[in-house]
Amino acid sequence: MSGDIGIVGYGAYVPRYRIAVEEIAKIWGTNPENYKKGLMVEEKSVPDNDEDTVTISVEAGRNALLRAGIDPKKIGALYIGSESHPYVVKPSGTVVAEALGLGTSLMLADMEFACKAGTAAMQCCYGLIKAGEIAYGMAIGADTAQGKPGDALEYTAAAGGAAYILGKEPVAILEGTCSFTTDTSDFWRRDKQDYPMHGARFTGKPAYFRHVISATKNLMDKLSLGVKDFDHFVFHMPNGKFPTAAAKSLGVPMEKLEPSLVVRRMGNCYSGSSLVGLAAVLDMAQPGQRILITSYGSGAGSDSFSFKVTDRMLKVRDSAPKTEHYLKNKKNIDYGTYVKLRGKLRM
Amino acid sequence: MTYKSSVPMFWRLQGSKYRLGGSRCNDCGSIFFPPRDVCPNCRKRSTEEHELKGTGEIVSYTIIRSAPEGFDKYVPYVVAIIKLDEGTNISGQIVGNDTEKIKTGARVRPVFRRMFEDGSAGLIQYGVKWVLD
Amino acid sequence: MKRVAVIGIGQTKFDEHWSKSLRDLSTEAGSLAVHDAGVNPKEIKALFIGNMSAGRFVSQEHLSSLAADQSGLLPIPATRCEAACASSALAFRQAYMSILSGQHDIVVAAGAEKMTDMRGESASAALMAAADQEWESAMGLTFVGLYALLTQAHMQRFGTTREQLALVSVNNHRNGALNEKAQFPFEITIEQVLKSPMIADPLRLLDCSPITDGAAAVILASEEAAKKFDNHNPIWIEGSGQASDSLALHDRQSLTEMLATKAAVKTAYEQAGMGPKSIDIAEVHDCFSINEILAIEDLGFCRKGEGGSFVEQGRIARNGEMPVNTTGGLKSIGHPVGATGVRQIADLVKQLRGDYGSLQVRGARTGLALNVGGSGATAVVHILRSDG
Repeated sequence: MSGDIGIVGYGAYVPRYRIAVEEIAKIWGTNPENYKKGLMVEEKSVPDNDEDTVTISVEAGRNALLRAGIDPKKIGALYIGSESHPYVVKPSGTVVAEALGLGTSLMLADMEFACKAGTAAMQCCYGLIKAGEIAYGMAIGADTAQGKPGDALEYTAAAGGAAYILGKEPVAILEGTCSFTTDTSDFWRRDKQDYPMHGARFTGKPAYFRHVISATKNLMDKLSLGVKDFDHFVFHMPNGKFPTAAAKSLGVPMEKLEPSLVVRRMGNCYSGSSLVGLAAVLDMAQPGQRILITSYGSGAGSDSFSFKVTDRMLKVRDSAPKTEHYLKNKKNIDYGTYVKLRGKLRM
Repeated sequence: MTYKSSVPMFWRLQGSKYRLGGSRCNDCGSIFFPPRDVCPNCRKRSTEEHELKGTGEIVSYTIIRSAPEGFDKYVPYVVAIIKLDEGTNISGQIVGNDTEKIKTGARVRPVFRRMFEDGSAGLIQYGVKWVLD
Repeated sequence: MKRVAVIGIGQTKFDEHWSKSLRDLSTEAGSLAVHDAGVNPKEIKALFIGNMSAGRFVSQEHLSSLAADQSGLLPIPATRCEAACASSALAFRQAYMSILSGQHDIVVAAGAEKMTDMRGESASAALMAAADQEWESAMGLTFVGLYALLTQAHMQRFGTTREQLALVSVNNHRNGALNEKAQFPFEITIEQVLKSPMIADPLRLLDCSPITDGAAAVILASEEAAKKFDNHNPIWIEGSGQASDSLALHDRQSLTEMLATKAAVKTAYEQAGMGPKSIDIAEVHDCFSINEILAIEDLGFCRKGEGGSFVEQGRIARNGEMPVNTTGGLKSIGHPVGATGVRQIADLVKQLRGDYGSLQVRGARTGLALNVGGSGATAVVHILRSDG
């Protein structure tokens, strides 16, 4: 329908290096099978020592622009959500905007809401476009997460991101969005601390599951749709186990979730997690199919969206590398190299 | 503080550092990088802005194993002279850890990376490096 | 054209001089030169000093006045010249031209550098100011890296081997072992070169000239003024040439020859009415082993691409057909960057006087000095001759 707002261009980026669960388990004397089967993660992505949230955002943003096929200067807003912005004060967004040539007529601020800052960015862009303030907006979720050595999160804290350009004449119509937000302290990081704290088992039912399931149910109610009306589901992926359990709880059959589970091959890239999962689904979804994505950010909240793929998707999908390209193009490293690249050595 | 960490200097160069902004000579048509007021080929003073694509091939390369100040954490790293498709040359790092595949004539494409950090409190400089295509 | 001669020379030992400052070194070299010439300091009419980077190495600019002041030469006109590692060849050429112009009759040309008051990584970064700050240094390139790029290109194009490069350092050390002013006065073997740590592939530690402190000075005089001094035979400047090329290595037209060297030596040969075959000995700029190979090719001592074999056949040895770096070169003597140009002149003069004892190349009458700046952006060539 004319006037439909949705995704005009999208693109993911995953750094090349991987460290396998076995490599980490070897160092800490744990059984890798516990993590591979228990968490449903084989290996995680590791950024090179010259990559960060900004560089990942630029690569993902470039892919999104290739698919969108628009003049970058027409983008009226850029919001980047991350928990690993390189600066505490100075936005990642301005460097990315300059690198992508977005011009100076740009609304911009960085966002943080643990792993859901990228989808929050998407909601902001959507609102501005719907209000007629801007023609196009770019939302990016990207992270280079740090896992504390020896902690459970070390097996999954990864790097990657995805960029979404929203506007009219979309390849996927944004049918509706809603959020579920509470003050729930399942995972946090204080200023000047290197690594986050988390509530172990508290991160499950009262945190991840309550918010993901509530937001998803609320969205379906809002749009008067049920599980059967959706062809694909994407949930935030702290590991493979949680989204699988959430799907089961909602009555979502596994085959509708499978294509999104990039976490198995790259770990959890935090603010990029559900957005990279969405990109993987968009890479294969057919026109007319409906996608439900629900993110989750600790602290806590979930953003849920319904997307319907249009015919236009077939024209632009091949204009940029697919998510699979990045998942496949990998190089495995050992624990020593990983520690050196992630700057964990006190020099 | 070294000049490398000068904020105004880096800011002036951002367009070239981030997007390979160079020049095109209105007179003889040659494209060169970085931007210049005087065309190095025909020596006329009539140039306009032109962003280079960044794709090209390796002309010569080396592996730096003993780094200057500010680059130690990247050692060892590959630096090459790259002939860009527009016909002009540039010096650049080749990243992606495919060192055994790097050779003269290999095709490369640009990626956006961190170039230099002015310590843990100073500015982070970003720019273009290359990976094997 | 007027004739100009070198009538006095002086050089400090080249070393890591923890107890000597820049001003100590430059004054010492100047005094040695004055004494060698037998000239009264009051007769020196101008000073030209080459120095690359005292501003960065020791936070001292305005070297011209500092040198004149410390050497007791005030109030003569003093000028500092800079062209990276070719700074003092520039100073020598400027001194020469000041006499040719008729402005002065006796002048001093010096070169000095103090590099060890800072750590190696900082010195390496400071040296990169001789390259393109924004587009080479910013990429993390070092000077070893730049010359490694040249080496790779030469090896690819002409099949120059790792062993041939190593033999350059072996040759230069064999000469430097007998030079009491050298920083490293000992021989090295080809195995030692090939086993030394890799710095920037394929250049290893022993392919590279060191970081050094030192100074050198020479006194120049017009033919007329030279008659008054009889300590030594005057050594005449027969040719002087200088040329520039793009600052950045990646902007050069060729990575296998130094066009600045070729242009500079063409001017010098033409002025002197000589060719490569007329040169008995040469001081070339072996900042890295590859540069000696490039030099002997670009100066015309052998054909382009054959420099490696020329060295391998021992033809650059002191008793060879084209002795090169007969006193040790930059590799063995040391390379205080701004001082090297004048040090090369001083060494040529000493050889052409017949004064070099165990290092003497018998019968040497003509000598050529090549001083290169940066990765080849400047080249300066001088040709000297003794009468007797």
